[in-house]
Amino acid sequence: MTVRDAITRLDLEALSLPDGDREIRGGYCGDLLSWVMTRLQSDEAWVTIMNNVNVIAVASLSDAACVILTENAEVEEAVIDRARERGVNLLRSDQSSFEICAQLGELTHA
Amino acid sequence: MADVLRLHFTVDGEDFTSAGEASAQVKKKLRQMGYDPELIRRVSIAMYEGEINMVIHAGGGEADICIYPDKIEILLSDKGPGIADIALAMRAGYSTAPETVRNLGFGAGMGLPNMKRYSDFMNVESVVGEGTKVTMIINT
Repeated sequence: MTVRDAITRLDLEALSLPDGDREIRGGYCGDLLSWVMTRLQSDEAWVTIMNNVNVIAVASLSDAACVILTENAEVEEAVIDRARERGVNLLRSDQSSFEICAQLGELTHA
Repeated sequence: MADVLRLHFTVDGEDFTSAGEASAQVKKKLRQMGYDPELIRRVSIAMYEGEINMVIHAGGGEADICIYPDKIEILLSDKGPGIADIALAMRAGYSTAPETVRNLGFGAGMGLPNMKRYSDFMNVESVVGEGTKVTMIINT
């Protein structure tokens, strides 16, 4: 499933989409950045409520396929700009992390 | 003589949002040089944790990266308060980071353990009141 497919299927809002054709292989959910950094693998979707600019650095350095911000987390323009600069796909949903992960699990294991 | 590529960065201690700038540059460089993605990941994360530490605790510092044919060496040095008990600081979960930093998702006491986990060799030298030097080597 590509990031673009995920946007359609999970009804996500694309805040930054530099690489919509990127393939999602699994996912990781967490809000503690240092923890996430060592567990989030390349090409995974990262589901989080964290909305600060350091999220973009972590996603980029961990080489995540995309970040999915849940619970309609508010995002400052600077964060979106940084995501575009770093080539990070940044998406948003009004659903909870649990709900997104449950659907993502079904879609990526299908 | 083998070629060594040296990179130098100043890590700004004032601006938490710019932490990761040096790691991003190193990542880009290693990618251009064609290194394995998993190796790039280890180097980037180890260095980013180090950068974050210097921003949180030391008001910034200097980062020197040497890319040798067989290894990548990262030297981080700061003139911060130093670490009184390095063994304690190395313990996962131990942190002296302030609440503001924890609210950003850092300060969980994972920084130094993560750096050790991602490097093949790590050495921390610190003098209280003078500063800290961290050396990390990742074999390529």
